[in-house]
This record gives sequence, C-alpha cells and structure tokens, in this order.
Amino acid sequence: MSPTARFAGLVALPTPAAAVNAAEHGQRLNPVAVGMFMAFVAVTLAVTFWAARRTRTSRDFFAAGGQISGFQNGLAIAGDFMSAATFLGVTALIFDFGFDGLIYAVGGIAGWPLVLFLLSERLKNLGKFTFADAVSMRLASTPLRTLAAIGSLFAVVLYLIGQMVGAGKLIEILFGLEYETAVVTIGVLMVLYVSFGGMIATTWVQIIKATILLAGGSVLSWLVMQRFGFSFDALLREATLQHPRGTDMLQPGIMTHDALSTLSLGTTLILGTAGLPHILMRFFTVPNAVEARRSVFFATGFIGYFYLLIFVLGFGAIALVTREAGYFDAATDKLIGGGNLAAIHLSHAVGGDVFLGFISAVCFATILAVVSGLTLSGASAISHDLYTNVFRPQASEQEAVRVSKIAALCLGALAVMLGLVFEEQNVAYMVLLAFSIGASVNFPLLFFAMYWKDFTTRGALLGGILGLTVAVGGILFGPTVWVDLLGHESPLFPWKYPALFALAASVTGSVLGSLSDRGLRATRERAGFAAQYVRSQTGLGAEGAVNH
Amino acid sequence: MDALHARISANPAFHALQAKRSRLAWTLCAGVLAAYYGFILMIAYAADTFRQPVHEGAVITLGVAWGAVVIVLSVGLTGIYVWRANREFDRLNARILEEAHRESHR
Repeated sequence: MSPTARFAGLVALPTPAAAVNAAEHGQRLNPVAVGMFMAFVAVTLAVTFWAARRTRTSRDFFAAGGQISGFQNGLAIAGDFMSAATFLGVTALIFDFGFDGLIYAVGGIAGWPLVLFLLSERLKNLGKFTFADAVSMRLASTPLRTLAAIGSLFAVVLYLIGQMVGAGKLIEILFGLEYETAVVTIGVLMVLYVSFGGMIATTWVQIIKATILLAGGSVLSWLVMQRFGFSFDALLREATLQHPRGTDMLQPGIMTHDALSTLSLGTTLILGTAGLPHILMRFFTVPNAVEARRSVFFATGFIGYFYLLIFVLGFGAIALVTREAGYFDAATDKLIGGGNLAAIHLSHAVGGDVFLGFISAVCFATILAVVSGLTLSGASAISHDLYTNVFRPQASEQEAVRVSKIAALCLGALAVMLGLVFEEQNVAYMVLLAFSIGASVNFPLLFFAMYWKDFTTRGALLGGILGLTVAVGGILFGPTVWVDLLGHESPLFPWKYPALFALAASVTGSVLGSLSDRGLRATRERAGFAAQYVRSQTGLGAEGAVNH
Repeated sequence: MDALHARISANPAFHALQAKRSRLAWTLCAGVLAAYYGFILMIAYAADTFRQPVHEGAVITLGVAWGAVVIVLSVGLTGIYVWRANREFDRLNARILEEAHRESHR
C-alpha cells in the first residue's frame, strides 16, 4: 500500500474481500456506533432546519452573514481540515512506516502560520464569498474567475471523490452497511445540510464534529498513554519492540525514497493547505480581519494539538494493536478491515466495544462534515464565481442562492455517481492531486495578486494554466496513475509528487507573463494595486465593514 | 483610487505601520519555514542524524522531537503574531482610518 493511498483517506485498503472477511470476523453492527451516529444526524438536521430559517440573503448563504466569531470559526476551520484522512490515514501511515508517517502530521500544521502571516487578513479585507474575489479585484474578472473556479472545482471534486470512496469503504466495515447505501446516505445528508442550511448549517456541523473529534482523540490518547505511565518514551520503546522493522521504523526517508520526492511532498503539504478553497472560504464567515486573524490562531491551536495526539495514536497502535492476533486476519496476516483501521482497533484495544462504537461514530461524523464543506465550496465556485460574475452579471441575490442550491444538488449527485464508479479503484491520487493544485495554482494566484504590484491578467492566466497542467499531467503520467493504475512499465514523469515542479511552472509563467504584458489593460491593472493595497491592509471598503 | 484611499496612501503613519507589520510577518514566516524545511531537508539528506536518540538511553529520536517542535512552534508563532497585532497594529490602523475620514469631512 502506497503512503499516499493511506493519506488519501482510507481508500483502497478495505478491498471488498477484506470487507467480507471483516464481517465474518465479527465486525457486526455496533449499537453504540449506530446510536451515536443517529444522534449526530438528528442534531445536525435540527441545526440545518434552524439555519434554513435564518438564511435569507446570499451573504447568509455563502458566508453565514459574516456573523461567526473568531473562536467558532477556528473550530470550524479545524473541522474542515481534520478529515478522516488525518485521523485514520496518518495514524495508519505511522502504523506502517513508523517515523515517515509523521511527515504528514508536521506538514499538515506548518501551512497554517503561513495562512495567518500572509493571507487571512488581506483575504478577508478583499474578498466577499470566495478567494476568486480577491484574485480578480484589480485583474480582468471574467478570465480570472473562470480560472480560479476551475482550480477550485478541480480541487473540490477530486477531494470529494477521495473522501466518498474512502468513506463508503469505511462505513461498509464499521457499520455493516452496503457500500452503495453508505455512499448514497452521505450524499443525501451533505446535500441537505448545504442546500437548506448553507454556510450557517455547514459551520455548525463543522463545529460539532470538531468538538467530538477532539474529545474522542483526547480520550483515546489518554487511555493509550495511561498504559505507559504517561511516558511517551516508554510508549515508543514498546512500539519499536512490536513493529516488524523494530527500531528501523524510526529511520526517516523510507517512504519517500529520494531527496527530491521528500522535498516535493513537503511542499505539497505546506502550500496545499494554504490553497484549499473550502478552507479559504471560511475567512468570509467572520465580521472583519481581526476575527479572521483570531480564527487562524484557534484553528492552528486545535489542529496542532490534534496532530500531537496523532503521534500518540500512531505509535500507540504499533505498540498495542500489533501484539493482538485477534486484530489480524489469520489467513493473510493483514490487519482486519485494512491498515486504515489501525486507530479503530486501537480504540477497541484500550476501551472495548463501547469505545470502539464511539470512535466509529466520530469517524462517520468527520467524513460527513468534511464532504459538506467541500460541497458548499464547490457550489459557491459555480454560483458566485461562474454564474453571477461570468455568465449572468445581472442575476439577483435570490437567483445566486437558488443556483448554488442546484449546484450543491448536482455536485452531490456527481460525487455519489463517481463514488460508485470508482469503488474498486485506488483513488488516493485524487486527494494528492487536490493538494497539488492547491499548492501550485490557487496559492500562487492569491499570493501574487495580493503581493506583487506588477502581476497582470496575462501572468495569472499563463501561470495558472501551466501550474494546473503540470500538476494534473504529473499525476496522470507519474508512478501513481500511469504505472500503478494503468499498468504501464515505467512512468513518463518519474516523480510521485509533482507539486514542486508544478509550482515552479506556475511561478515562471506568472512572472514571464506579467513582465511581458505591456498592454493598456496591464497598465491599468498595475495602477490599481495601490488602492487594493490600502484596502487589503486597512479594511477600508471591505465587504461587511462599517462605512463612515 | 478615490480620495480616501489616496489620503491613506499619502499618510506616513500608514507606511510605518505596514513596514512594522510586514517585518513581523516575514520574520515569523522565515522562522516557520526554517523549522519546517529543516525537518524536511534532514529527512532528505541527513536521515541518520535524525535517527539518533535525543539523549543517551532514550528511544525518542531527534526526528520525532523536531517534528513535535515544529508543531508547537507553529502554534506559538501564530500566537505571537496575533498578540502583537491585537496589542499594537489594530490601534494604529484604527487611528489611520479615523484621520482619513476626519480629513474628508473637513
């Protein structure tokens, strides 16, 4: 199993055969899991109903009326970001690879300070509902919104498929539901949250989910640490005794093979975080730049804390799950239900059936919340960026909201359909690609638009298109798809993580395109930087700001 | 650029604030990038050093410890930025906006 597959979210591992095995080995319906999950669904649907009555304007729908506090938004951002891939996937990576799994935990946090120092306040001051607002402020709106929307939709749909397939597999095993039923259930619930409750409901779903995920992770880690007298060194010692590779599991660089790949993976993780559209969108739900700033601080705190717990869970799983023969399939000697279930087995090892049920329900809620955030972000790109700003600038607010509800429904249907189509596929590369696009298209676009006065529409288009091409091409013709999936002998693009190359292409395109742009429009765009700069720094004229 | 933006742009206090704010932001950025890319480069080029225990007799390696430090540092540096911004930048910013508005009513 490739590490990216694990990260991608639980994908791939639980093959149908494994699932059947799991069922035979007594992974029967857990009443605690079902009960807790039902409670979660009931509460979130009630919240959706409440939110629907408060959603009147397009600002309510896309940005929760700008009424979310910094603390609440921080929790919601953490909820959006900490997917089941974080919880189960990174734990599984550590379980398999030992030290190298930590790269994903460390890479997942390091992007957040950059978001705070470079993006969040300016983004809030410039934008309205999506990051494309900030990018197209002084540049040509139609082509740039189209580009930004394509970047967003690519990232959202790919991430959505990765989550859907992973979730279907996981729920099949944890709850004994059929794969199809699981995927359709998730699809229906996420469309309900998003189209009726908009950003208000989506935010509260994230807050509830983040709270129970943090609580579940804390209790689980506490129970694990208790076994080792709260000494991480003792835990790690036991892990090195249990791991098949012994102390060699602490050897760095096994997973990524060569130095360039390590560097490119590192870049994918840090900049990808700063370019995920559903995360960037959250900065518009707060009233002003001050609250946007506080959001990132709280989000970074929660996410950092959670990643530290993952250190405990990953090595804890090695120490406590490996020695129990009952968690392994006797015939294949593989972990029952696949490696992604390491954290789940760990919960059983330290807390029995009841705690296993609790953690399973937490995972289901986690998946549901993340796909909802993605759907809303995709719907906003279609409705706010493409429909109201490119195709029908005369559209009314009501029309924009209606279009995004329809878009959410279509995205939900598409996600369910693709989830079913890709059931048997390894879709891990899709999540990797989503992060790569975030790192090499969305992030540089936003960064140049806000920081470089000479950036022009031509540079943005050239850079964006080049970055997107290299990211997509690099994955398609690279080892993950060209060799592993399509069965070719050797890859046309030799590296597994294309982000570093895609970023270089994107930056080169942006710089050359902008510097060679000598037209009238370019002159006007450069002149527009000064006013944009003042607004981005002071909040003067910002959306939702009080005008004197 | 409208009059209000122009007035702010011409205000030296605005540029002083920006200089101060971006110096802090870029310094902290450099701190995070150094810690993080240090971690990545060590894995890429000095894996054997990263494999060593933090002290004689420990199992925790330099790599594991550095990873945890990057996480804690990330949270800490965001804290420093927010603290400075809340204490200092917001007040200066409000004053600059207020001056610009007052002048425009004159």
